[in-house]
Parts: sequence; C-alpha cells; structure tokens
Amino acid sequence: MTIAAPAVPTPRIREPNWFLDFCRQQPLGAVSFVIICCMMFAGIFSRLVAPYDPLDIDFASILGAPSWEHPCGTDAYGRDICSRLIFGSRTALVIGFTSSFIGSTLGAVLGVASAYFGGRIDNWIQRFMDILLAFPLIVLALVVVAALRKFVIGGVDVNLIFAIAIPILPRVARVVRAAALSVRVMPYVDAARAAGYSDTRIIFRHMAPNVVAPYLIMLTAFIAQAILAEASLSFLGLGVTEPTAAWGLMLSGNAADFYREAPWMILFPGAAISLAVFAFNLFGDSLRDYLDPRFRM
Amino acid sequence: MKITRRTALQGTAGALALGVGGFNFDFTKAEAQAPAVKRGGNLTFAISAETPHYDPAGSDTYATLHFAAPFYSTLLRFNLSKFPAVEGDLAQSWTVSPDLMTYTFKLHPNVKFHDGSTLTSADVKATYDRLRNPPAGVVSTRKATFADIGTIETPDANTVIFKMKDVNAAMIEHFASPWNVIYTAKDITADPNFPKTKVNGTGPFTFVEHVKGSHVSGKKNDGYFKKGLPYLDGWKGVFTLQAAAMLNAVQGGQVLGEFRGISPAERDRLVQTMGDKIRIEEQSWTLNLLVCFNVDKKPFDDVRVRKALLMAIDRWGGSVGLSRISTLRSVGGVVRPGSPMATPEADLVKLPGFSKDIKKSREEAKKLLKEAGQENLKFVLWNRNLAMPYTPAGIFLVDQWRQIGVEVEHKQSDTGAYLATMNAGNHDVAIDFSNLFMDDTSLALAKYLSVTRAPENRSRSKDAELDKLYDDHIRERNPEKRKALIRAFEKRLFEQAYQQPLLWWHRIVPTHKVLMGWKMSPSHNLGAQLEDVWLNA
Repeated sequence: MTIAAPAVPTPRIREPNWFLDFCRQQPLGAVSFVIICCMMFAGIFSRLVAPYDPLDIDFASILGAPSWEHPCGTDAYGRDICSRLIFGSRTALVIGFTSSFIGSTLGAVLGVASAYFGGRIDNWIQRFMDILLAFPLIVLALVVVAALRKFVIGGVDVNLIFAIAIPILPRVARVVRAAALSVRVMPYVDAARAAGYSDTRIIFRHMAPNVVAPYLIMLTAFIAQAILAEASLSFLGLGVTEPTAAWGLMLSGNAADFYREAPWMILFPGAAISLAVFAFNLFGDSLRDYLDPRFRM
Repeated sequence: MKITRRTALQGTAGALALGVGGFNFDFTKAEAQAPAVKRGGNLTFAISAETPHYDPAGSDTYATLHFAAPFYSTLLRFNLSKFPAVEGDLAQSWTVSPDLMTYTFKLHPNVKFHDGSTLTSADVKATYDRLRNPPAGVVSTRKATFADIGTIETPDANTVIFKMKDVNAAMIEHFASPWNVIYTAKDITADPNFPKTKVNGTGPFTFVEHVKGSHVSGKKNDGYFKKGLPYLDGWKGVFTLQAAAMLNAVQGGQVLGEFRGISPAERDRLVQTMGDKIRIEEQSWTLNLLVCFNVDKKPFDDVRVRKALLMAIDRWGGSVGLSRISTLRSVGGVVRPGSPMATPEADLVKLPGFSKDIKKSREEAKKLLKEAGQENLKFVLWNRNLAMPYTPAGIFLVDQWRQIGVEVEHKQSDTGAYLATMNAGNHDVAIDFSNLFMDDTSLALAKYLSVTRAPENRSRSKDAELDKLYDDHIRERNPEKRKALIRAFEKRLFEQAYQQPLLWWHRIVPTHKVLMGWKMSPSHNLGAQLEDVWLNA
C-alpha cells in the first residue's frame, strides 16, 4: 500500500501588474498619467486633432469669443486658440522631455561618477555643481539662452533645450550622487572592482541600474520645470518665436494688449501650462511614493 | 443706446483720430493756449530700442537719434509748428542761388562744442565731406543724398558755401535732415569713427552716461548757443525693449512718454487706465516696412521668385486686420499715401504685389515659382525683435507665403544684430524699413538706388535704370514730369521686385500731460533735440 502523497497545489505565480498596482496605490498619480497621455496624444497627432491650422490668420475672426466654431476663441490675428494649444503641447513636450532627459541623464552620469571616484574628482565635480546650483533655474536658463544664438533643427531651437537642460543637471547630479554613495559601498561593487572590471563598466552596469528610481523621479519632476521654463523664456521673448504655437508665447505679445477685451487669450494657455505642470509634478510625486519602499507603509 | 466700455473707448479713439490726426493739425493755435514755460526738472522717457552705435550719420534707426539728437545741432532743421517749413539751427541765415547750384550758410558766431572748442565752417565742411565721401571703414547712410555736392568752400570761419554738381530740388530739406549732426573737424580727422563711440556736439544737452541695456542720460548745456534754452536740467532715455514694460512705465509715471509710437490697443489701454492724465497725438507716419530680398543669394537672384513672393501678399486685407492690432495701416508705394506725390490707388493696384484680386494674384505667384523650379521654397525671414509692428508683420508674411506653399522660418533679433545681419548681406529675406523724415521723393526713393550708391539698400541690388530715373527726377522742376518719373521708377522697382513696401505706419504718441513743448510730426526722427521741452509740474 502506498500512501498517496497529498496533492500539492502548484503555486500560481502571479506576475505583478505594475500599472494596476500604481493606479490603486496612487489614484492622483493615475489621473495625472491620463492627463499626460492626453497631452502626448494631442502633441503627437496634432495635425489630426486640431480643428484648424495653428498658423492660419483670419482677420475676419479677430478676438472672437469661445464658440462652437472656436471652442477656446481666437487671438488678435484670428488664429484658433484651441488649435494653437494643441500644437503648443507638442512644443512643450518636445522641449520639456528633451531638456529634462538631457539634463537628468547627464546629471545622473556625473552624480554616479562623482560618487564612484570620490576624492579630488568628486570634489571638483561637486564644486562645479555648487556654482551651477547658486543660480535659480530660470536665471541660469536666461543666461545660457542669452549667451547662445538660436540653432533651429526641425523647428526646435536646440540651444533652448540646452539652456533648460543645464540648470537641471546639477540638481539631478546632487540627488543621484547621494543615492550612488550608498551603492558604492555595496559588496558587489567591491567584487566587480576586484574582478578587474573597468570603471566605465562598473558605473554603467553595476551602479547606474541601482539609482534608476531617483533618476526616474527627478526626470518626471523636471519635465514640469522644463515646460514652465520654456513657457517663461517664450513669455520673455527668449524662447520660441512667433508664429510657432507655444503656450508661453501665447501669453505674451498681443495677449498683453488684448486680455481685457479677450480674456480667453490668456485664460486657456495659462490653464494648459498649469495643468501640464500639475500633472507632471503629481506624477513625479506619485512615482516617488510608489518606487520608494519607505513610502509604501 | 447702451454705452459700454468698448464703445466708449472706440469713441475716444475715433475722436482723437479725428481731432488730433491728419496733416492739417493747427499747432500754432495749440501753442497760443499753452501755459507759461517752467524751467528745470529732469525728463525721463522711453526708447524702445537701443542704438548699436552713437553716429547718426551712419544710422537709419530712430534708436540712434532718440539717443544722440539732444547732444547735437544740425545746419538747418524742420520747424515742426509749420512742417515741412525749414528753419536755421547752427545756420543764422542762408541764401540759395536762383539756379539752385549754390547754397551759402552763415553760422551763429561763438558756438561751442561740449569740449570747449569753437564751431567753425571747417567743422561743417568736415562733417559733410564725411557724409558724401566717407573714408574707408565709415558708413554714411546718406552718401547718395549728398553725392550732388561738388565742392564745399569755407571763405571765413562763419560761412560755408556748398556748390552743387547737379540740381537737387529738395537740397534745402536735406540740409535740415536730423541725421546730419555736426561733428568737430579735429575729432573726425583724428579718428573717422570717433562719433560711433564718443559724443562731442553743440546740442542743448551734454552727454552724461550710457549704461548698456539700461539708459542714456544728458544734462543741460549751460553754454548752449540759443540763449534761454534748454528748459530742462537734464533727461534720461530708458531702454524699454518690451512693449508691456514701456506701457507699464508710462502708466506708472516712471517715464513721461515714448516718442516713437504705440499701437491702437496700447493707446486704448493707456486712455482707459490713465484718463485725462495722458495726451495722445496721432498722425500718418513717414515710415514703412519693406519686404527685402537679398539678390546676392539664390534663389532670390531670380526675379520670378521675388515677384511671386510679393504677389502672394494680400496688402489690402492685411491693412484692415493689422491696423486694428498694430501701427501698420496704409497701403502705398514708395511715397507716403496721401502725400502730394503718392501713387493713386487706381494706379497702385496695377502694380505687382498690389492687386485686389488676391486669389488670381496667388495663382500667378504659384505659376512663377513653378517656372523658377522653386515650388518647395524654404527660407529664413529676418526680422527685428521689436514687438510693434515688426512681429505682427512677420506673422502676417509667414501666413501669406504659406498660402502659396512656401515654408518660412521667422527669426527675430535685437536691433544691433538685425542691422548687422542685413548690412553684411547675410539675410535671405528680411523685413527692412524705410525711415523718412519728410515726404520729398529725393529722400524716399534714395533707399532703392544701387547699393554702390546707397548702402542702406539692403536688397543689394544694382540697377542702372533705377539710378537714372532717380537722377532725372531730382533734376526735374516740373511737378507733373517729376511725378511721371516717380511712377516709372516705382514700376521698374516693383517689376524687378528687389524690395517693396509692405504697409505704411500710423503714428500714435502718448505723453503725460505735464510734458510740454514736445511737438508731434509725421516722423519720429524729428523733434528729438528736446530743447523746447519743459515740465509743467
């Protein structure tokens, strides 16, 4: 007689659904994610979504109030504000994403390298970061954009992107360096060093993946800052130039002359900037809360 | 009828336009009612652009004149109370020979430059020699205007005699040009570029300082040769490159005026917020924006491309819309619309770029581009970063050219960089300007002469036929024949499409009512000396 072994149920390994998990834990983050997706959709498919060409002047419709024909009204040139907002999201996202990505990535690399090498290299990098950090983001961006001439590729001013990316760099480098300092003392880093791996390999293959969480959080948070910086620079006449559709630009120029007569000229672009900044900031916060185990209690 | 804020504003603006605007405003009547002059005080006013240098002889932007005019004097000048009548400035008296070939000027005696040296006829001669025949490295924007001067004689220290090679019927008005400020012979002999960076004039104010990006200031010249003038102790011109900042400064009383001009919307805002504290004066303006093609650059060396781009512009529709939001207003040829020599509308619409049938015109433009192999034309439009009216003009042109399938990148830069780019011929297409101080055609047409004669011709064209028509017209004394020559000049210019006026401006000047003695004119280049200005505070 054999004793039948009790049937051991095969454990069902459930792949965690990160997205649902994030939505359940961070409902505000989920809402911001939806807003960001809408912005991205509008930016990518502007030509399909926008009811009019954003550059089309129509002097018969100057300063038209919001209507079925023009849901957000028209500006001083009779251009459809809704279409300009939709195309403006492309400008905001391209400049926001690119400058935040460049600034955060270079900042992360410098931060990890600074932590890894330590000593004089760390000292030099950090003192340089201190100099950059001495200036508020918008002031430094103003200086850089004034110093560099416009260099437009595919309708985007590359120097404007760098002007916004440079002030982001030290802020990310400082945070990532702090995270990387704790990674540097891990045994596997010592093991990699003992195995004779190159510094580059240790930095990029062993240390960098372990500081991805702060990097991602900073990246999303700085997209909002970059969008705001782009809008501010355009408002000050140092960003993109007319007739390109850009939210900051929509608030300057003729808007200052006609906002009493046509408040929708400032209301909708202002709301778009606020919503985008709000969404990216909230998403960044939610991502931090979700990824950082200390906030998971 | 319900009176809303908007109708009230429109009414106010209309009343101002009717009451103050027009060519026939009676300044003498206004003067008769003026209160007694008060001396002293410092005037602060706005200058909405910063000059790239200090030399009016080498400039054609008001930014230089509003900066430098109070430091200098000219031989003659326009009497703004009786415009376009001319009066003496450094010249005490003058005579013109009946054949218009000799001009003799007697200078005021004992006129002192700010460095203490005495003005003599040699200084006038040196200044005009520099204007008509600038040494290497010096730009004289008015070289063509004074090319007809044969010799300049100085029989004594206070007499200057100009002997002409050829007749120029408007020579007296050219001697009254605000740009021909008199320098010392010793300064410009030692360094021909001295006036670009240093100031030494005989004007009512002496130079105090120029803080780049901030302001320029002057103080009363106690040794000024016109006794009792100036009334002010000093002045400060604040550079307000952003229109919103300028308006806020006017509104807040930080500056008492802006002497170039503001837009209708800006005027409405000031009237609405300041009520009877602000004075608004309006007039048509001897100033236009030009669409300027660099003929040295491909494909703009092809007349078909240039002509197509001009034919795509709906000036008539544009003037209706742009006049609501900017200082751009009238459609016109090379002479100010409404002035005696202007081309009538019936003739204008027959010229390329002025058709009222814009649909047909654009079809022809597309055909021309196709013939030239430029159906997918892309270029950069250079523009000045002055909001009014350069930005609206740029936005308008980009839209107009898109409608014939042309892709345009709009680049705006500071006055200095903008002028440097165009003067060096680095532009493809630019929005240039024709900045006149009077309606005489010898001035208005000079900008379109071959670049070898007129360095301010930024299309860099060389056209012997245009040069000959210009020369013939300035020698012609019969007004009808002169008019016919102007028409022929305009036809040739627009057929060749080197450059063409986009729209003419409308001048609206806001000043606080405490500011007295400043006189409105059709040109923002005039009346910048400030010697008669005083504060009723």
